[in-house]
Amino acid sequence: MTSQSGAERQSRAVEDRANQASDAPSSGRRLFALVDGVGATALETHRGHYAEPPVPSRARPKLIDAIERSGLRGRGGAGFPTGVKMQAVASRRRQPVVVVNGTEGEPISRKDATLLQLQPHLVLDGAALAAAAVGANAVFICIERTQQHSIDAVSIALAERFRAEPNGVAMALKPTPPRYVAGEETALVHWLNGGEAKPTRTPPRPFEKGVGGHPTLIDNVETLAHVTQIVQYGPSWFRSIGTASEPGTALMTLSGAINRPAVYEAPVGARLGALLERAGTPHGIGAVLVGGYFGSWLDARTAGQARMSNEFLRPLGGGLGCGAVAVLPSQCCGVLESARVMRWMADESAGQCGPCVNGLDAIAATMRNVAAGRAGLDALATLERWAGQVDGRGACRFPDGAIRFLRSAMAVFAEDFRDHARGHPCLHVRAPRVLPIPTIEAGWR
Amino acid sequence: MKYRIVVDPIGCVGHRICADLFPERITLDDWGYPIIDPKPITPNLLEHARRAIDGCPTLALRLEKIATERSRK
Repeated sequence: MTSQSGAERQSRAVEDRANQASDAPSSGRRLFALVDGVGATALETHRGHYAEPPVPSRARPKLIDAIERSGLRGRGGAGFPTGVKMQAVASRRRQPVVVVNGTEGEPISRKDATLLQLQPHLVLDGAALAAAAVGANAVFICIERTQQHSIDAVSIALAERFRAEPNGVAMALKPTPPRYVAGEETALVHWLNGGEAKPTRTPPRPFEKGVGGHPTLIDNVETLAHVTQIVQYGPSWFRSIGTASEPGTALMTLSGAINRPAVYEAPVGARLGALLERAGTPHGIGAVLVGGYFGSWLDARTAGQARMSNEFLRPLGGGLGCGAVAVLPSQCCGVLESARVMRWMADESAGQCGPCVNGLDAIAATMRNVAAGRAGLDALATLERWAGQVDGRGACRFPDGAIRFLRSAMAVFAEDFRDHARGHPCLHVRAPRVLPIPTIEAGWR
Repeated sequence: MKYRIVVDPIGCVGHRICADLFPERITLDDWGYPIIDPKPITPNLLEHARRAIDGCPTLALRLEKIATERSRK
């Protein structure tokens, strides 16, 4: 197959399949449509539903146009329009590189690992299509080196593709240091270029000068899986679910005090209350953390009415983030849980920027004293002052996310924070801990 | 042309010299790192700004042009 015929076929696929997508998933189960409960969908099965991506040559404006018209936004947390990002990379002078971001440092998210392990070809096709769209000839797949199951699934999938489709774009698997900020895009680029996996100063941003100095498109694995489906079934099929400003489905990891902790697929804008009903909340709802550890807390009443979209959550100070949701039961101490998470955040700082290193550490120490009932009321004013002194003052957005979490904890658990600070910690400090705190791995290379 | 002063937060290690040299736009946080007032630097203050930039031992400060509507297009 020449690249020209590939381009024609792709253009046909994008333009026409929306109207004749006979096997397009018609329910809210899209990315997981082929999941059979056994394991990864094999390439042979996958190709029964998805055309082989074209061989990359120069940029293909029609592919980028299809992604722009779909309204797809990145599913890694920032929610930036994917087509706009592709356009920015494709319009640079040098040949671009594509990086698949499968580093899922968020402790309560499992969606990227689940997708890689069950539908690796949906992700890899998306990476090949992104490469074709921007005209890249190399794809780097970054997965935390501790995620052995994902690495195995992707290794097998890459071997399948190399055997059956030897002319596909070159793809290399890169097991990354398992640190939270290693997944930040400048950190990934710096590490791929041989440095430590720590964020760097910007500009230049990776889309200008990234891996090997080339313009670099970095997309989350779920984002790329949606790209595959948009190209196969058309932008209007993609938009037929979700909201007007945030179309499509999203993967959401539900955990905490629920019956069925799992990765759920739901339309963006779905009612959080309905999701929690599906998951089962046998111990009541004390509060809900939405958007992962760098998202924000919602009290039980707000959570019941909330919708899983940035449009709904951002005015409340939060966001969809990576779609992770954790439920605190009613018999649980939100102050203590938040203090535990803040200590982890402080320890995950890359240690490069003064306000992040010193500020988060001081905040974590004070929150611990507040939780233990030995801080005094002044501590709350101190926490608020420090929040203002840390927010927006790092090279990356890591400290901003930590401060968003702190502020939402102090707002949603306001009474509890006051009682604790005054020396009257609640009775639930002895209840079982709910939020998982990962051990921090050494090493930035 | 309008300017403001910006800090590279990775380069800065908190020597605190800038806050002494350019107190009109730079104060310190609780840990001794500069908090920069993003207001444009008026011409009479440019000399102080340059002194702070030159005085930073880690070269973490610089002047940045403030993009006007026209220059952004």
